[in-house]
Amino acid sequence: MTLTQSDIDGELAEIRAGYEKARAAGTPAAHHPPRDFPPYRSSLLRHPQQPLVAVSRDPEAVELSGPVFGHTDVTELDHDLTRQHAGEPLGERITVSGRLLDSAGRPVRGQLVELWQANASGRYAHQRDQHPAPLDPNFTGVGRVLTGDDGSYSFTTIKPGAYPWRNHQNAWRPAHIHFSLFGTAFTQRLVTQMYFPGDPLFAYDPILQSVTDDAARARLVAAYDHSLSRPEWSLGYRWDIVLDGPSATWIEEGR
Amino acid sequence: MTYLPPTPSHTAGPFYGYALPFPGGGDIAPREHPDAMTLHGYVYDGAGEPVPDAIVEFWQAGPDGSLTGAPGSMRRDPVTGGFLGRNGVDFTGFGRVPTDADGHYTVRTLPPGGPSTPYISVCVFARGLTHHLFTRAYLAEGPDALLASLTPERRATLIARPEPNRDRTHRFDIRLQGEEETVFLDFA
Ligand SMILES: [Fe+3]
Repeated sequence: MTLTQSDIDGELAEIRAGYEKARAAGTPAAHHPPRDFPPYRSSLLRHPQQPLVAVSRDPEAVELSGPVFGHTDVTELDHDLTRQHAGEPLGERITVSGRLLDSAGRPVRGQLVELWQANASGRYAHQRDQHPAPLDPNFTGVGRVLTGDDGSYSFTTIKPGAYPWRNHQNAWRPAHIHFSLFGTAFTQRLVTQMYFPGDPLFAYDPILQSVTDDAARARLVAAYDHSLSRPEWSLGYRWDIVLDGPSATWIEEGR
Repeated sequence: MTYLPPTPSHTAGPFYGYALPFPGGGDIAPREHPDAMTLHGYVYDGAGEPVPDAIVEFWQAGPDGSLTGAPGSMRRDPVTGGFLGRNGVDFTGFGRVPTDADGHYTVRTLPPGGPSTPYISVCVFARGLTHHLFTRAYLAEGPDALLASLTPERRATLIARPEPNRDRTHRFDIRLQGEEETVFLDFA
């Protein structure tokens, strides 16, 4: 039996109604997606059924510290995905800039930000991506950078295309950029995706909709920022990232 | 007091393979180190099938218990822009390996030190995982608040077992769901 978009839409509506009801009854907002999210089919056999075990009050936990990266781990051109090949990639040149912060609003300095994405046609430079859209010999779609003293990061790249996937019939991912972030503690580790404002595919995508809370989902969408656009060159998007989870400094402050 | 709500997590998806893994990602131990040990195992889904598209990260104390780490896990070549690999001397405490087509991963590292019962922190990402999962690979049972809080069956999922016919090699399988499901951790 082929799963259609309307089947998925029905499941999403039901989950949303359940969430709204729980919220109305006083359940706190869910900032992260549930690991069990049936409309995203791959989650079915890959989410734990036992509750996670809380390890909250151990000041010696190894996870309250984390790996460190430095200028040996990143090269000068890694933040510019349009300059990694002999020629210019096809597509709409953009910059994506923002700040990496902890939940107290403090900048996360000198940490590694990694990014990967499809090309302008919606094709990944990955052997298993079978989307019959052209590869771009001048675009790999991988970047990395270390955050500055104010937590800032900036990438130059091209706007990725939407692409089909096989979650259900006629499933399409809205254009997105994958991000991987490190904080000062391993507990702050985050892998996520950034979206572009106003994408008509948002409502149909079970991955984006796995974040059921409206405000939380909105935090995954970058803002077009005209002041970041460069004349005759690129369009600018701003996207700040906030890391969750405790770090050793929180414990020291008695939080 | 400022509180900024976090950026939500999303799956790493199936196509991180050309982005996140790096050469030598599993070679945490300095080259030719006499104390080097191997930690390896399989990642399984709820049907008992191997997960060929997981990426597993490791963070741990050095043999002296220090948690300072060091840069250089994914050392780069400023001339070609490619990967140089680790410098062979520094212990960075960090490893990252994708599972292979059999769902298998391997890291070579140094046994962690620590104040109590040492362990290696493990973080799992995969297609289908909307939010990563933390667990711990303890190299032996011992006094430990987390281990003590678990039933023997659950506790057993956190113990990396020494392999009888292989020198300095521990096996640590990760079961995402179902029977013998690995204990996963919440640090919130
Ligand atoms: Fe993607």
